[in-house]
Amino acid sequence: MPATRQPVIRPEAIIRIEGIDKTYVLSAENIVHALRGVHLNIDQGSYVAIMGPSGSGKSTMLNILGCLDRPTAGSYWLGGENVATMPDDELSEARGKKIGFIFQSYNLIAQLTVIENIQVPLFYQGVDLATSHGRCVELAKLVGLGDRLDHRPAQLSGGQQQRVAIARSLVNDPIMILADEPTGNLDSRTGTEVLEMIGQLNANGKTIVLVTHDDKVAARAHRVIHMRDGLIDREVVNRPWPLVGK
Amino acid sequence: MTHFMVGFKLISSVKLGIKSLLLHKLRSGLTMLGIIFGVCSVIAMLAIGEGASYEAQEAIKKLGSNNIIIRSLKPAEESRQSGNVGRTFLLDYGLKYADGSRLVATIPGVARVLPMRIIRESVRFDQNEVPCQVIGTLPFYKEIVGVDVLRGRFLTDLDELYQENVCVLTSGLANRLFPYQDPLKMSLKVASSYYRVVGLVRERNTVEQRSQSGKLSGEPLDNNVYIPLSTSRSRFGEILTRRAAGSFQMEKIELHQITVQMKDTSAVETADPQIRTLLKHFHTSNDYELIVPLELLRQARQTQRIFNIVLGSIAAISLLVGGIGIMNIMLATVTERTREIGVRRALGAKKRDITAQFLVETVVLSIGGGVVGVVIGVITPVVVTHLSGMKTIVTVSSVLLAFGISGAIGIVFGLYPANAAAQLDPIEALRHE
Repeated sequence: MPATRQPVIRPEAIIRIEGIDKTYVLSAENIVHALRGVHLNIDQGSYVAIMGPSGSGKSTMLNILGCLDRPTAGSYWLGGENVATMPDDELSEARGKKIGFIFQSYNLIAQLTVIENIQVPLFYQGVDLATSHGRCVELAKLVGLGDRLDHRPAQLSGGQQQRVAIARSLVNDPIMILADEPTGNLDSRTGTEVLEMIGQLNANGKTIVLVTHDDKVAARAHRVIHMRDGLIDREVVNRPWPLVGK
Repeated sequence: MTHFMVGFKLISSVKLGIKSLLLHKLRSGLTMLGIIFGVCSVIAMLAIGEGASYEAQEAIKKLGSNNIIIRSLKPAEESRQSGNVGRTFLLDYGLKYADGSRLVATIPGVARVLPMRIIRESVRFDQNEVPCQVIGTLPFYKEIVGVDVLRGRFLTDLDELYQENVCVLTSGLANRLFPYQDPLKMSLKVASSYYRVVGLVRERNTVEQRSQSGKLSGEPLDNNVYIPLSTSRSRFGEILTRRAAGSFQMEKIELHQITVQMKDTSAVETADPQIRTLLKHFHTSNDYELIVPLELLRQARQTQRIFNIVLGSIAAISLLVGGIGIMNIMLATVTERTREIGVRRALGAKKRDITAQFLVETVVLSIGGGVVGVVIGVITPVVVTHLSGMKTIVTVSSVLLAFGISGAIGIVFGLYPANAAAQLDPIEALRHE
């Protein structure tokens, strides 16, 4: 067993992961420990990159952070609520309200237009789309697609699609934006554009958690967390982050 | 969540469902075809069945559901030869005047008994000669059989009493016999006697048949001449002679038909076996037949019910096949859109949101198919009627039934795929290519 990090209790951190285990029982003999008691605090307004080789527990970490999966043990405090033990419906709600997702392959819904794609998270929270329409248009303008509201994803370039996804991740005003290899499918120039946009969001106070294996991408973050064998192996602080709400 | 929100979500879901379906127009259209044909066949088949039975039931109803009709029947050839020993040409059969009075005297619940003599003769006026039925009957024939007096009057009790040589014509016969003259006050010739025309009538139920064969079908009976029963008896006598193609036949027959009017329909049921027993006692051979319209009506309805069940089942099976088609397509759609489901789940959709989304799509498909099917199903019977002349009746209930079934099929066959979609693990779904 590698040495476990001492838990650092940081009650002011908006995201607190305390002793999280994730175990997959594939069969009686084959039990996989994807995470082994991970502790992690993420401050509001910080920009965190998570790196690690495949099999390091990075993906499992991402799923748990995104409330797509529940840990086997431990607690996960997201904005004052322990989401680790929530039933499925509440977990769905937590995703819809507290997390903005940016995926590697954009994951826009093909039959919807740009503006409709941005509205999807609101739809599942029962927000009246007529009243929120103005805000959605603002977000589309923010990502530079104000003139393409009625385009479908297939009519947009990869970079444009990813920008729609960024606008969509913002629409519910989440606690954290969770980006999974956001530049993985983009050429370096548009990738840089997207990263700059994400950086801009962080500069405006959004908490960003970005999973990547690209050092250059990770270099933009305040903190880089390296994972290995289901644990946080080491953490590199690139630059200090502003402490909000203290 | 408020009702408003639920309603709003539903409308959005339906819009979204239609949008998703329009993404694959051909596929959605082909899927709907199953339901369209199913709904269409339910409505069309039931309409044709309903039309057929309506005609039969109307024909029976016109006989009068309170009536029991007894007809004289010419005995079959073999029984005649065995019965008539000694080579007499006289054939004595049929109902007697006494049968009528026995019926009144013994059967409970009898309101009236209407005797009829029906003789086929030619009626002549001037150069015109029309073959017709000369019906000798009593004045209340008018009420029991249902006759509208168009002009003049029907037969009266005095005509009967004095054996008057008067007659009443059906309007069709009057037109044929008197193309240019006013038939009233004219006299026409039947056999060797002259009869004064006192009235023109129309039989309310022209389907009513009094053919000797006892079948419901026969020639149109608008060629009727009504004369008083007593006149018929004295002018034609009881023995009718018929010469045709060298053969010569004499029949002794008193009455051709007796219509027994019962006080109510319940009396019909009890009287039916009683009349059979009574007549059996006084008639050695089977020279009469009983027609109970109520019984026929009941049988016709029974047949109709079976007919409807069979047709309905066939149509329902086609609807079922349509439903399975929908389910099949929806399962394929769920697999195809696994990624979308994962995305929606990640963006906050609950399991029931996903269920609702796919269920709405299935229901939109089946209801859409149902609407088109109803339209085609309502048009089809019209076309059938136009082409074949068959009567068809599209009942509201069959339309509602077909439409309801199509909606139910949407829900039943949509639940499984929708549930399968909702149960997908969001992580797996997001990873799906």
